[in-house]
Amino acid sequence: MEFFQLFVSGLANGSVYGLIALGFVLIYKATEAVNFAQGDFMMLGAFIALWLTNPEYIGLSFWIAAPMAMAAMGGLGYALDVTIIRRMFGQSQTAVVILTIALGFVIRFVAGLFWGHEPQTLQSPLAVGDLTIGGVVLGMADVTIIVVTGLLTFALFQFFKRTKLGLAMQASSQNQMAAYYMGIPVKRVQGFIWALSGVVAAVAGILFASKGAIDPNAGLLGIKAFAAAVIGGFGSLPGALIGGLIIGVIEPFAARYLPAGYSQMAPYALLLFVLVFRPHGLFSQVRTKKV
Amino acid sequence: MRIHFKTSYNDDIRLFEDRFTALKYAVLLAFAIALPFLLGDFYLGEATNVLIWAIAGLGLMLLTGQTGQVSLGHAAFLALGAYSNLILLDKGVPFIISFPLAGIITGVVGTIIAIPALRLHGIYLAIATMTISILADDIIVLTEPWTGGVVGMFPPTIDIFGFEIERWSQPDRFYYLVLITTVICTLFYRNLLRAPLGRAFAAVRDSEVSAAAMGVHISRTKMTAFGISCAITGLAGALMGYFSGMVNNETFTVVISIQLLMMIVIGGLGTIHGAFFGAFVVAFLPQGLSIAKDWFGSSSVAIPGLETGVFGMILILFILFEPGGIYGRWVKTRIWLELFPFARKDMFKRQKSYLKTERLR
Amino acid sequence: MSLLEIKNATLKFGGVTAVDDLSFSVEEGEVYAIVGPNGAGKSTVFNLISRFYDPFAGSIHFDGHDLLKSPPERVADFGIARTFQNIELFDNASVLQNLLVGRHRHRQTNMLQEMLFTPKARREEIAHREAVEEVIDFLDLQPYRNKLIAGLPYGVRKVVELARALASGPKMLLLDEPASGLSVEETQDLRWWIDDIRKQMGITVLMVEHDMGLVSGVCDRVLALADGAKLAEGTPAEVQSNPAVIEAYLGVGAA
Repeated sequence: MEFFQLFVSGLANGSVYGLIALGFVLIYKATEAVNFAQGDFMMLGAFIALWLTNPEYIGLSFWIAAPMAMAAMGGLGYALDVTIIRRMFGQSQTAVVILTIALGFVIRFVAGLFWGHEPQTLQSPLAVGDLTIGGVVLGMADVTIIVVTGLLTFALFQFFKRTKLGLAMQASSQNQMAAYYMGIPVKRVQGFIWALSGVVAAVAGILFASKGAIDPNAGLLGIKAFAAAVIGGFGSLPGALIGGLIIGVIEPFAARYLPAGYSQMAPYALLLFVLVFRPHGLFSQVRTKKV
Repeated sequence: MRIHFKTSYNDDIRLFEDRFTALKYAVLLAFAIALPFLLGDFYLGEATNVLIWAIAGLGLMLLTGQTGQVSLGHAAFLALGAYSNLILLDKGVPFIISFPLAGIITGVVGTIIAIPALRLHGIYLAIATMTISILADDIIVLTEPWTGGVVGMFPPTIDIFGFEIERWSQPDRFYYLVLITTVICTLFYRNLLRAPLGRAFAAVRDSEVSAAAMGVHISRTKMTAFGISCAITGLAGALMGYFSGMVNNETFTVVISIQLLMMIVIGGLGTIHGAFFGAFVVAFLPQGLSIAKDWFGSSSVAIPGLETGVFGMILILFILFEPGGIYGRWVKTRIWLELFPFARKDMFKRQKSYLKTERLR
Repeated sequence: MSLLEIKNATLKFGGVTAVDDLSFSVEEGEVYAIVGPNGAGKSTVFNLISRFYDPFAGSIHFDGHDLLKSPPERVADFGIARTFQNIELFDNASVLQNLLVGRHRHRQTNMLQEMLFTPKARREEIAHREAVEEVIDFLDLQPYRNKLIAGLPYGVRKVVELARALASGPKMLLLDEPASGLSVEETQDLRWWIDDIRKQMGITVLMVEHDMGLVSGVCDRVLALADGAKLAEGTPAEVQSNPAVIEAYLGVGAA
């Protein structure tokens, strides 16, 4: 029973990591850039939703505030792409990584200015109640997270595979110049992807903040989401989710069964292990180049 | 603009292009030597801090700027250098040996860590090194019998054959120690650049495939780069230990790793000057910010995350508008002045480039 | 014994056979070309020799050494130098620095000597530079010596690729489509250079080429490949008039 309890709470955390990892992979699939600030996007989305919903701030209904927060983050993602990322067009991956790291610092600072550094919880109807299945008590928040994440991943996977826009995105990440020649509006496609990533981050943030408290440093769990994306293989959407779930599940088990100093190392040790022995993850997308 | 008429290979190889440049740097060195007589204790301490960060910057610059291996984990090597030095001192090894030995130990460990990292490129290498930096924190706590864990270790007074250097009461002596280390490291770096190894590093950065075809042993070269880089960083870490007076598991966090990388990008990636310019920014940013706060009248308000936030903003501005960093801007300004009034518009316009996937390598 | 001997080399990528039981040899001092339609496996042969790929079967011997026992870095030590089809120069360095990397296999100094820049390091550095200057003179690269690769025109970059390969003082030069993208004048220059390389420097040249004019003008023997397998081998005239070769290029009925 305890096993199952740990497992489910691990799944719920893992889903949040998975959602953030999804954001990474979305941007990577379309632009080959890695957005180190994705975790901070999540934090910002959560805070915007919190600001709109919680009675001590604006106090709108959750069901209005949540879509507004998602739209706001979508807009922010797009704006970021247009003003900053687009200027980095064609520059190396490393430069964009460094840029997004710096972006993360700036977002964290701004969030701290607006909302302070005390942990706050989003008052959402999603967190209310429990579900009891066969003697195991599952918080509704956890269940919602798992369900929403699963649906979202499925939808995005289909989007990339079947729709014209999805294919356009994959094309522009593999060879921009060729994509241009094929008539793909590469810049607009890129903007849309960043917007989509922002929305996904907002969803992750809303779910996360309903379950527990957040503060401006919450974005640091983006590093674990990174581990998730790497384990799953950076180009694969379902891989990102599975990676997230793996890490999410390992954490409570490590905390329960490993000695105190070692348990928090578990996700990072796993990440290193994967990087050394199978760097392109479980669902690798790298092939060798012809010179 | 000076035209150099070179008459021998040595003219090309020499450290300074001409007597004028050599003179400029000689004056700079003289100024650096005279600094303790010009500045009070506090600002001398700040200058020392700049130099220590410059050494750390040189270490990372060699690996990331010259060899193209991105490392977000160099704080771990700062820590290794600091702790190696302190542990050796603890066991009775004299400073004159423990200090260079700490550098060597860190270099050797760096070379070993390079082995699994050999196959990693770009973002994967960055994540792997970042993970090492995160794990370093936990490892320091776990090895508490040696490292003092969360409580930490306190560097004793430096003793070189009876000559004492105490960081707080003799800041000028400490400054000279740091200055000597800086000059030596810079000289080594500069020598490497004009020798086959430095060129091999750049070759690995720009095209591993053709470097291998030219006979450059890729694995060995990367390992050497890691080794030398970590050795220099280890020395910086040891000095940092003295500068802050105390080291524990929170002294060298991932944020320091990231700051180090951001610092060399702001300074100018791939250049020696870049390490120094970047160090200057890092060391004086807190001062600059408190002056700004005074100016806005909110000097007493502690704003958490202000430094890193502003630092991030500076980096973003540089990456967008001046990817060559401070040094890049300096070179452009100098050329503009030399050519004045014949500097052409758009002389430094960057070529439009298109992204080609890095997944096919 | 031939300088380069390839016997029964086979390489597959998944379901595609890139090189199919290929055997040929190159004699010392000759200029040998590999021709064939796109996708015939020509560059793959080069990549096998450079040891970027491992063949499934077959052997490769150079100057008596078994290449299959060596990693890519050792190939240069044996005396093989190559250029790349899609120019793989070091973009952030100058022409001179690129050429100096070509000398890497002759490096005699170790890390410590270089960091301290001992007199030996200085002597070695001067020796490297003298060798590189010979190549710069030979290929007329003096105006570009200190220019960064990033700003150079395509034709010049191709010459720098060749220069870098020559700088390593090889016994055999592997040229991957040296004339692609070059103008008529530049191709003419290339022709004289290859001739000089063979006559003055005694270097064997193995090249992959599409430009049949260049091939007929400067090559002793030609190998025609199609679908990874040998189609014909002989003098340029023989291969060009071979019916199977004409069919591979132009289709059935054109012979």
